[in-house]
Amino acid sequence: MEQDMNRPDRLEQVRAALDTVTDPEIDESVTALEFISRVEVNDDNDVCVEFRLPTFWCAPNFAFMMASDMRDAVTEIDWVRSISVRLLDHFSADLINRGIALKQDFRDAFPGETDDDLESVRLKFLGKAFERRQELLMRYLLGIGFTAEWMTRISLQDLMGLSLDSEGARLRTLYIFAWRRLRPERPDADLAFVALNEDPLEPSQLPNYLRKIGGVRRNAEYNGLICRSLLAERKAEMAGVSD
Amino acid sequence: MFTTKNGEKIFVIDSHIALWDGSPANQRNIHGEEFINCFYGYHKISPKEYYWPREKFEKYSEADLIKDLFEEGYVDMAIFQPAYLGDFYKEGFGNLKRNWALIQQHPDRLIGNGWWDPRNGEGGLEQLEREAEMYKLKGVKLYTAEWHGNSKGYKLSDPWAQRYLQKSIELGIKNIHVHKGPTILPLNRDAFDVADVDDAASSFPDLNFIVEHCGLPRLDDFCWIATQEPNVYAGLAVASALIHTRPRYFAEIISELLYWLGADRILFGSDYAIWRPKWIIEQFMDLELSEDLAAEANHTLSLEVKKKIMAENCARLYDINIAKQCARLGLPIVEEPVGKDAGVGVA
Repeated sequence: MEQDMNRPDRLEQVRAALDTVTDPEIDESVTALEFISRVEVNDDNDVCVEFRLPTFWCAPNFAFMMASDMRDAVTEIDWVRSISVRLLDHFSADLINRGIALKQDFRDAFPGETDDDLESVRLKFLGKAFERRQELLMRYLLGIGFTAEWMTRISLQDLMGLSLDSEGARLRTLYIFAWRRLRPERPDADLAFVALNEDPLEPSQLPNYLRKIGGVRRNAEYNGLICRSLLAERKAEMAGVSD
Repeated sequence: MFTTKNGEKIFVIDSHIALWDGSPANQRNIHGEEFINCFYGYHKISPKEYYWPREKFEKYSEADLIKDLFEEGYVDMAIFQPAYLGDFYKEGFGNLKRNWALIQQHPDRLIGNGWWDPRNGEGGLEQLEREAEMYKLKGVKLYTAEWHGNSKGYKLSDPWAQRYLQKSIELGIKNIHVHKGPTILPLNRDAFDVADVDDAASSFPDLNFIVEHCGLPRLDDFCWIATQEPNVYAGLAVASALIHTRPRYFAEIISELLYWLGADRILFGSDYAIWRPKWIIEQFMDLELSEDLAAEANHTLSLEVKKKIMAENCARLYDINIAKQCARLGLPIVEEPVGKDAGVGVA
């Protein structure tokens, strides 16, 4: 009885955990991108998550990253007894699903087809997320009147103390999340806005710098809009077949 | 031919078209089915009134192509960029023989490019020789992400690819159209890497490398390479289709390309039959860069710039004399351009 009452709540908790998982190339959550096709929690608190990507060939490394992030995010919920994550309709689905179930390293899931673990790719795309979020936040702050001089001087703590409207606060949260993931050991007194290689920014060079990192956003945006369009058509096709 | 609101006639060369057969009868396996499904997903970026039913999209006729390009689509000349995909389709997705048959009916309008695949080794080089002669090839379309037995893609820097590039020069094939799709091995890499184009472009300065889809989704890497290598060009296919659903985004892409490459190295392509050129050309000819983008690009999207993108740049690569071509096609004569712009905005 108590479990029945909790069920919707538990589904919500699983969904919230999945919200924190992003597609590394698009830097948006797998839920916002509508990759998740099914979430179930049974009476014994076993969780099942199924997801589908926009194409049959989406890069297996990113698929593997997302699947293992989903598994890890849901595992962190205290009441979860087991978690099964399944990728559907993908040319490498079997290898990926087995690798995720066995908690394999990517190298072991695809023996002979990789020469390193996914960590370097993961780090590279975390850096891209950092730049994309930084550009959006800095352009926003410039737009509401903050100066380049001021932005290149303030600390993360100063940034957190700013009073911003909801859009500004949203961009700030996303940025700080990436900032902390990239350099978890750094104090909040460090500069809020630095280049990815940690170099400080020159106020006079800021327009050029923003143009440069704007490229990262444009690529992600392209991926996002193509993915959404392909996934919508793929779902329509699947629905047509099952009708 | 496109006529502007002021009555000016604009010659149009569509540098990226196809005549494909993705129908179930030609599909070799599930990959063939998934591939055409994926294309159909792209197709749905079109304005709704331009949607085709799935069956027609899988296999359309020669008559459709002629009508959609030359009768309704403002296109005066077009270039086939065939994707063979022999591991997915029995007779190939694109087919040189079928293209050639149509070219012979419309020799003043159609140009047929070929393809090669370095994984075919010596046999492939001989095949290229035969096809270069048979089909009078001036260009090839390369699909580096193509599956081939156990291989899931190749790079232009591979030793065999270098041999094919060398052979292309010998055969008078000077335009190398590269589709940078996501080659997926080794699996742990960032799969859209365009660095191999850089390598090939500097090793083969006599060849022109037209990067289709301007390297999206690695536009920044592509622009960087293109500023280093004067023989690298941007093909607008795919990017141009975003103009309908995302005009601001498309304008951003164009302004980036203008800033980094200048106006002389951008080629229009519709990627027919994923999209029909009619609506893309109408919207492109209507497009103006907003003030902020024009300032960033250091260019406006003037009529002069549009004429370069729509035909003049491609005409240079394929030795097309636009005025003579107009005469042949019975069109009002468009004056020859004065020359390349002297590198305005080219870094």
